[in-house]
Amino acid sequence: MTTTAPAPTGTGAPGRARIAARHLRTDTWWVQPAITVAVLVSFIIYSTIRAFEDAHYFVEPYISPFYSPCITKSCQGDTFPELFSGPAFLTPAIYILILPLGFRLTCYYYRKAYYRSFWLSPPACAVAEPHTTYTGETRFPLIFQNIHRYFFIAGLALNVVLTYDAILGFRDEHGEWGHMGLGTLILLGNAALLWLYSLSCHSCRHIVGGKINSFSKHPVRYQFWQVVSKLNGSHMKYAWVSLFGVALTDFYIRLLATNAFSDPRFF
Amino acid sequence: MTYQAKLRVWRGDAEGGGLRDYTVEVNEGEVVLDIIHRLQATQAGDLAVRWNCKAGKCGSCSAEINGRPRLLCLTRMGDFDENEVVTITPMRTFPVIRDLVTDVSYNYEKAASIPGFVPREKGPDGVHRMQQVDVERSQEFRKCIECFLCQDVCHVVRDHEDNKKVYAGPRFLMRIAELDMHPLDNLDRRKVAQENFGLGMCNITKCCSEVCPEGIHITDNALIPLKERVVDRKYDPLTWLGAKIGRRPHP
Ligand code: SF4
Ligand code: SF4
Ligand code: FES
Ligand code: FES
Repeated sequence: MTTTAPAPTGTGAPGRARIAARHLRTDTWWVQPAITVAVLVSFIIYSTIRAFEDAHYFVEPYISPFYSPCITKSCQGDTFPELFSGPAFLTPAIYILILPLGFRLTCYYYRKAYYRSFWLSPPACAVAEPHTTYTGETRFPLIFQNIHRYFFIAGLALNVVLTYDAILGFRDEHGEWGHMGLGTLILLGNAALLWLYSLSCHSCRHIVGGKINSFSKHPVRYQFWQVVSKLNGSHMKYAWVSLFGVALTDFYIRLLATNAFSDPRFF
Repeated sequence: MTYQAKLRVWRGDAEGGGLRDYTVEVNEGEVVLDIIHRLQATQAGDLAVRWNCKAGKCGSCSAEINGRPRLLCLTRMGDFDENEVVTITPMRTFPVIRDLVTDVSYNYEKAASIPGFVPREKGPDGVHRMQQVDVERSQEFRKCIECFLCQDVCHVVRDHEDNKKVYAGPRFLMRIAELDMHPLDNLDRRKVAQENFGLGMCNITKCCSEVCPEGIHITDNALIPLKERVVDRKYDPLTWLGAKIGRRPHP
């Protein structure tokens, strides 16, 4: 075919086989990054709108995961102690969304997903990236990906709160225990998915046992490590399913709060 | 059944070259290496290709097939459509010697630069002891056949020649992980992994794991665990403090 002058760097570096094409893949390698962009952008748009909407996030006895823990005095409902009153333009969601946002942004799986799809570094395997220089995660700001474990811990705390919210879903609108509606199930499911996502985290795997060299001397942590390793194999799946879970849970609560739908009660 | 496959094979050397079209017979069950051999036997006697075992075990026949790094001997012709043009090039990250053969010295230099195993003191009975569970993790890494397909696909060096100086690549970062996890190894390799072998360059985009013919989970089981170990050593103030006050040495 061709012997056109190659690019000076990358696969065109001196000495390498001269092939002008950026890649020779014939499969639909661009589908996966395209889907990732589409889904993540939709989620970002939806969650931004909801975070600033400051309404329709609470309907007895349910609270949306976007607004929980609801820590300011302007909160609807009383699922959590109201700690302070911030400026009016900051909705209660803004204070807490930073944590799940940071958790997912620094997640090893999401990093892979957005480095590939948004930053095209690389867009797909053996497809040349468009950047001329590359330093990976060695410098500011990406060196901060290394604090992922702290977000993991914060994520666990949030999971506790969301589990508590789901338990509160067993009260009825008058605060009496012994109720269960579709919303209760949805909140429980959402919390369960978030636990699976958090517990399958790579930092979790490291903390429970991955850092140890002699497993035989730490049999209990070895057991934990094995369980987390098993979950870790599905981390990507949990990352997506729990993301959908949070958005759908919020959407369900919005439907209830705007009276577009009424919560089916089981008892 | 037999059919005539359309091949495009890169021919040339460091001075230049290009893709050439060939039509070669394919029989049921054959792999790409069979077809390359038939091409060599019938039409292109001077075609250079490196191979040894034809069983996916020696790691010699690494190349790129339709733009994807693969072993010639483990890629079945049956994976392609009979009318499809199958493009075969040498690995595009290493200097080409001739046709499908590349100079993979980069990998041997990196291998040699990794500090070797430094055994701990022997136990009181004069023997080194460890249990199967202690070495299971590294046994996965020992399946490596050194085909260097992971090194070839890794964008850190594939797309940035200048990074070769500072980056060991997935195969050898995995070697560091293997030794760092080894219960009898006495060196703390976390700092050099980051500072001398470029672990921080890896952005865990997993292409190495995608192409590994041995199915080693390079990213999940070696690179990310090693990154977490490096965080302990270099970036996490709490673990750092814990180690400083002598509570916990590197396990
Ligand atoms: S995961 Fe890291 S080492 Fe593997 S190919 Fe990607 S950047 Fe390279
Ligand atoms: S890790 Fe896998 S891809 Fe890399 S050299 Fe070893 S066998 Fe080949
Ligand atoms: S949450 Fe994905 S790796 Fe930690
Ligand atoms: S010839 Fe040995 S791996 Fe292909």
